[in-house]
Amino acid sequence: MSLLQVEGLHIHYGGIQAVRGIDLKIDEGELVCLIGANGAGKSSALKGIVGLLPHGGQVHYAGASLKGRPTHAIAAAGLALVPEGRGIFARLTVAENLAMGAYLRRDADAVRADYERIYQTFPRLAERRGQLAGLLSGGEQQMLAIGRALMGRPRLLLLDEPSMGLAPLMVRNIYETIQAVAREGMTILLVEQNAHLALQVSSRGYVMESGAITLAGPSAELAADPQVRAAYLGE
Amino acid sequence: MDIFIQQLINGLVLGSIYALVALGYTMVYGILELINFAHGEVTMMGAMVALAVIGALMGVAPDLPGVVVVLGGVLIAVPVCMLLGFGIERLAYRPLRNAPRLAPLITAIGLSIVLQNVAMLIWGRQYIAFPPLLPKGQFEILGAHISVLQLFIVALSVTVMLGLWFTVQKTRLGRAMRATAQSREVAALMGVNVNSVIAATFIIGSALAALAGVMVSAYYGLAHYYMGFLLGLKAFSAAVLGGIGNIAGAMLGGLLLGVIEALGAGYIGDLSGGFLGSHYQDVFAFFILSLVLVFRPSGLLGERVASRA
Repeated sequence: MSLLQVEGLHIHYGGIQAVRGIDLKIDEGELVCLIGANGAGKSSALKGIVGLLPHGGQVHYAGASLKGRPTHAIAAAGLALVPEGRGIFARLTVAENLAMGAYLRRDADAVRADYERIYQTFPRLAERRGQLAGLLSGGEQQMLAIGRALMGRPRLLLLDEPSMGLAPLMVRNIYETIQAVAREGMTILLVEQNAHLALQVSSRGYVMESGAITLAGPSAELAADPQVRAAYLGE
Repeated sequence: MDIFIQQLINGLVLGSIYALVALGYTMVYGILELINFAHGEVTMMGAMVALAVIGALMGVAPDLPGVVVVLGGVLIAVPVCMLLGFGIERLAYRPLRNAPRLAPLITAIGLSIVLQNVAMLIWGRQYIAFPPLLPKGQFEILGAHISVLQLFIVALSVTVMLGLWFTVQKTRLGRAMRATAQSREVAALMGVNVNSVIAATFIIGSALAALAGVMVSAYYGLAHYYMGFLLGLKAFSAAVLGGIGNIAGAMLGGLLLGVIEALGAGYIGDLSGGFLGSHYQDVFAFFILSLVLVFRPSGLLGERVASRA
């Protein structure tokens, strides 16, 4: 049984059908990517999985259905979504943002140790821990959003466009971190417009187009696929 | 000079009551962008329930010390209002959480009329006197008088406000409230039960309102089913003056409005050459308020509201 199993997920909102019955699954320890153009429905799919958008179809996580469960309960079950646009709390300090990531945890000592780990991974955040998060640069905010999600010690990490709006150097930085987190055994679903990057770091991938999954397979095969090369890799 | 200091003291006393009520408006607005127009009525209910309990206690145990009787009233009124605040959110606002903004606003106005009428049915239309149970003494400072009651009102308000500030800034619940105010979706992703946090906000605001209701009726010596309207309007204005959604702003706005009103009452006669009497204090206060908002539309400590929408 996969850690996350999505069957026939469809989502309507604002009068449009954003997701038209997609299937995907992720096994424990995998880094899987979901690529597609802007507006393909990738973010909607993620929001549906974590219960932020009402949806039809089935979502099973660790063997249990997530259908109808509120977002906070899904988060408590170990799913962490780093939302598109980072979703940091701009008027909370960096340290307070991280504390929000650990909101559900009661193991104070381990939480303190995790702060230090996050600050080691992202020294920039350590320097700015007392500052309002809204004053951080885009890249720092993305680091904070990822660090905050890790503070909850999730079992499945969903990343929505972590490279969006960042300078190339910062993108590389973020991607090195994502790979490091994956190497430690974290299961990750990576949603990206930047197909090139996403296919490089992932083992498997799905291609989404107009709300449906049109291709799926090992990332190396997708990267070699003429259709993918033409549509997403600019060749 | 004596008048100035006297009115400053009177204004601070009144203002600290406004501030307590204003906090309820601003906390709910901060988290839901909803103006809870029924909040003034929660204040009224606090006064009415406390007076009912005080009256009953005086009947049952006439030998109890006055302070204990009033405390008994407060100890019942506060939880009753907390329950009322919880019920208001649960029944009137939560079902409309995702409705267009005008719907909960109209509900709020309707609810405030309902609460007024409930109070009128229970306690009647007449003014209810606050019995003379509290110590009468007064002190003299710089030629002005401050009564024990005034001192007590200010001390209790300041203590409660410091407690609230600590809760919001330093506790897990407070952090969750601030996070929820910034983004309900992201707060939920952190595992915050947003509905519970919103309920907690209403409950805390209603507790402050109940305290304010008892204090204002003790201060003026009476209560009335309609008293929540003007008090709520003033406290809401104070919250806007400070910058709605901003907790420090509500405290500042409340105190300022109280002081402006008191100084207006003290000086309006001289300023208008005897043409306007001190009963024009509300006009004066709202005139100043409008003037401030012309130059600072987002309030003294507020952020630009438009950019948050």
